[in-house]
Amino acid sequence: MRSAEDHSTRRSSTFAADFAPGLTDPGRPTPPNVIGPGSKKAGKRYDVYRNNVTVSLIDALAAIFPATQRLTGVEFFRAMARFHVRACPPHSPLLFEYGRDFPAFISAYEYARELPYLADVARLERAWLDAYHAADALTLSSQALAAIPPETLGDIRFQAHPAARVVRSLFPALSLFVMNRGDGPIGQVEFAPEDALVTRPDAEVFVRSLPPGGAVFLKALVDGQTLDQAANEAFDASESFDLPGNIAGMIEAGVFVAISSGDH
Amino acid sequence: MADVIHIDGRDPTRDLQFPAYPVSGLSGTSLKHEHLPAIEAEPQVGYFEVHAENYMTSGGPPHRVLERIRRDFPLSLHGVCMSIGGPQPIDRLHLERFRRLVERYEPALVSEHLAWSTHQEVFFNDLLPLPYNETTLAHVARHIDEVQQAIGRPILLENPSSYVAFSDTTMSEIDFIRAVARRSGCGLLLDVNNVAVSAVNQGFSPVQYLSEFPLELVGEIHLAGHAPQVDDEGGLLLIDSHDRAVADEVWDLYEKVIGSRGPAPTLIEWDSDLPEWSVLRSEAAAAQRILDKYAVATERARALG
Repeated sequence: MRSAEDHSTRRSSTFAADFAPGLTDPGRPTPPNVIGPGSKKAGKRYDVYRNNVTVSLIDALAAIFPATQRLTGVEFFRAMARFHVRACPPHSPLLFEYGRDFPAFISAYEYARELPYLADVARLERAWLDAYHAADALTLSSQALAAIPPETLGDIRFQAHPAARVVRSLFPALSLFVMNRGDGPIGQVEFAPEDALVTRPDAEVFVRSLPPGGAVFLKALVDGQTLDQAANEAFDASESFDLPGNIAGMIEAGVFVAISSGDH
Repeated sequence: MADVIHIDGRDPTRDLQFPAYPVSGLSGTSLKHEHLPAIEAEPQVGYFEVHAENYMTSGGPPHRVLERIRRDFPLSLHGVCMSIGGPQPIDRLHLERFRRLVERYEPALVSEHLAWSTHQEVFFNDLLPLPYNETTLAHVARHIDEVQQAIGRPILLENPSSYVAFSDTTMSEIDFIRAVARRSGCGLLLDVNNVAVSAVNQGFSPVQYLSEFPLELVGEIHLAGHAPQVDDEGGLLLIDSHDRAVADEVWDLYEKVIGSRGPAPTLIEWDSDLPEWSVLRSEAAAAQRILDKYAVATERARALG
């Protein structure tokens, strides 16, 4: 069976191999075996497929990154997305997975240099969609944490919720995200670094601002470090780090699903 | 090859998680989440169809929506990205995701396209055309067999809309579809709008095409809107756009099909420039009136023997 499939795949692979490359490369000619009916030409007909492919993938990026598009304007966004679609077409038929390389592409995109915050806003939007589609899981209750004997508290580790994401930015990416995800008015934004926490404890995705040290703390816990280790890292990052406040906040936001044992 | 033959085939010995709503004689619509508040605000009749890929997620709100809809309505699971018409083997990972959805939601109808969308690693997000010849026939029949073996039931294969032809085509689309169905045991999804679109684009008579189409294998019908463009010679080129109401000539073709075949589950597809729910619902109601008209006629003909 195997060899028959391999053999015939090779033998007839020419129609797709001829048809595919021009779909994302407007410089290529119409494939030689593609014709119109009767004696008609096939150029504009093949272009229908080219257009479907490129426009539908640009539309997919616009749907995943609406705030990014609002910040750049539609025309700028679609031109940038067209470059990306042609350079990095999707490798999965699941389009909600597309665009993971788009923030890095934006960072390197020369026309976006005057918008240094743009890639971080895109990163936050991609994290939002990941949280939206992540596996469902019950979040850790404050009672479960309260049941831990105080003397062992420092040694516990946490298991992250599948939807939880921390997105750090040297720019006010969170404020820009919040202001531009909808059609609401655009106000003043203070140009300061912002860390965001994305969670989906149940049906709705929440995006919160993290206090000083909070991102370092949560990233350490998500990476499997103990509560003591994570707290020490957070204090190193910020002297004003508020440990009880951050613990209460992470439970309320639904960052974790379980406490794992002290040994790791 | 496959011994999964009956079109409406469920395994009656399995415990159903959801009610086994029948879909025969009903019209339905694409399910768009934007319409949910309107759909759930009042009682609805008919069935809903979803694109399988939109629910191939680990979790999240889409599954909750689909569970709610499936509890109250018959469901049609319509695959868009299996790339059955391509020369390369079916993506096993994608097929497994598809199988799990069929198992989880127990849809009344399961369908896919006579088209391809992936080549090597790249997914093109479009239903791309293939030449019709013995080589492609062997691939398509084997791919459908593989899908049907995986999900344990036959699928309905949809006729494509197309804008180009191939110099290496050696058989007609209908001969190709007939041969695929014979070899794989699949049923057919007749998209009447695709027939109207391809007829203009390829220069054939849609009435002639439908008179030759194996209507006895049709388990579902699709209707949708199309958009006009021009070809290289300035002639009319129709685009299968799914962004507007069903065209009058498509309604006429549809009524001819139902008149000669009898009622088949009929779906109004609408995928972009979405209208209010009431507009989509009235399109489905128009299809239902035609289905009901010929259901009565078919019953009467049967009663008269």
